[in-house]
Amino acid sequence: MDINDLRSLFTVLAFIAFVGIVWWAYSDRRKKTYDEAAMLPLDDDSPFVPLEPQVKANQERKSS
Amino acid sequence: MQSQATYNYKVVRQFAVMTVIWGIVGMLVGVIIAAQLVWPELNVHEFLSYGRLRPLHTNAVIFAFGGCALFATSYFAVQRTSHVPLFAPALAAFTFWGWQLIIVLAALSLPLGFTSGKEYAELEWPIDILITLVWVSYAVVFFGTIVKRTVSHIYVANWFFGGFILTVAVLHLVNSAAVPVFAAGILTPKSYSAYAGVQDAMIQWWYGHNAVGFFLTAGFLGMMYYFVPKQAGRPVYSYRLSVVHFWALIFTYMWAGPHHLHYTALPDWTQSVGMIFSLILLAPSWGGMINGIMTLSGAWHKLRDDPILKFMITSLSFYGMSTFEGPMMSIKTVNALSHYTDWTVGHVHSGALGWVAMISIGSIYYLLPRLFGKPEMHSKKLIEVHFWIATIGVVLYIASMWIAGVMQGLMWRATNVDGTLTYSFVESVKATYPFWTIRLLGGLLFLSGMFIMAYNMFLTMAGGKAVDAPVLAPAAAH
Repeated sequence: MDINDLRSLFTVLAFIAFVGIVWWAYSDRRKKTYDEAAMLPLDDDSPFVPLEPQVKANQERKSS
Repeated sequence: MQSQATYNYKVVRQFAVMTVIWGIVGMLVGVIIAAQLVWPELNVHEFLSYGRLRPLHTNAVIFAFGGCALFATSYFAVQRTSHVPLFAPALAAFTFWGWQLIIVLAALSLPLGFTSGKEYAELEWPIDILITLVWVSYAVVFFGTIVKRTVSHIYVANWFFGGFILTVAVLHLVNSAAVPVFAAGILTPKSYSAYAGVQDAMIQWWYGHNAVGFFLTAGFLGMMYYFVPKQAGRPVYSYRLSVVHFWALIFTYMWAGPHHLHYTALPDWTQSVGMIFSLILLAPSWGGMINGIMTLSGAWHKLRDDPILKFMITSLSFYGMSTFEGPMMSIKTVNALSHYTDWTVGHVHSGALGWVAMISIGSIYYLLPRLFGKPEMHSKKLIEVHFWIATIGVVLYIASMWIAGVMQGLMWRATNVDGTLTYSFVESVKATYPFWTIRLLGGLLFLSGMFIMAYNMFLTMAGGKAVDAPVLAPAAAH
């Protein structure tokens, strides 16, 4: 087996790894996980701009 | 007093403001060197000569402007999507002050003529060591925050930010390996690369192209995956595609560097590997671009009156354009025409101004009011003005450089029937003047946009309170 066989083998392995990742990412088992993860930036139960009392608490903590 | 846990917005605020400041500085230097090409008399002093200001421009826009934008957005996104404040806040503060010190040292040492001569890695060894310290601290803060997250998932933006941080650490360490020379003392640092000959060139461009692939792409894709869904108010188009996008992009980018060394002493097969991987890169790049743009699917009307979204979606369009252009230019026969011409400069700026700067500007516009306790930026109208000035600037810039580049390539390769060159080099320089003038105009427009942004930023900050939003409750167990 010369080095070119190894090179071919590596190419095939890399391709199989790619197909594997696609298969894994698109498998039904991952769907729920991904749907949850996709909502991570959006489910904000705290306001971006804090309410007045929180702003005050911040200021107090800073000055104390 | 019951202390409500808040996110660490302080370091985000500092980096966000400095993004705008360094953006102005870096682009101003760019405008100056563009003017020097049109009017060579402007090379008034050795400290301000083209050869010394050019690396200052690239370092300032990539590492000062782009770097600050990446620090600000990654620190913001990782906290909010992990539902915990930053890990090791003191270390986070160190990354800010350390990074600013590095920028100042670069701004002093490059004009003074200290350089290791490696493109995008010109800084001499003492600064390289400081970069290593700051970067390791950045990794500790970022990954520490992910480790202590209270949600089960690691959001895809954090995968991109994480990949960018890890890879840049490896790239910096390997490419900056050098033997320092102490003869002249530590205040006049000098070093020689640890590598020699074609290996040195290959390592340099392995670094150089991955600086593009990870610093200027993976990091900004992290920005895209957080801020585009945020501004559009909808989740990313396909989370599955984003996972495939991540693994395909990081695997492929690693091998594309040799396309910077076509027709050099680099072995032919290595050049071909670089070309093939560059061509393959089109797929993950466009996958990511489509994923970003399609996030707006069903809400296209938001583009009409949201200038921040316009910045983001336009940046993705430029990303698509430059990641199509890049693979084409890596084809050896195309490269024979384009290499060493202004086409390369146009390609870089299509990516740097169109993609990197515009996605950063959009994200920073999103951040600023939230960091200073305002419902929105001082003037939405001015964001709109900024958007159009910047877009016209980029288009003028890249169109003039395309024409100039192709013209130069054709002039340099033209031969007479007897085999002699049709044009001398200086004739191609002369023919390029009008295009350099148009490029200067494009750069000036883009820079003016940054001044408008700074004005808008300071008015947003005025009277605003520096606020830290409370930490989100841990997500319910899924």
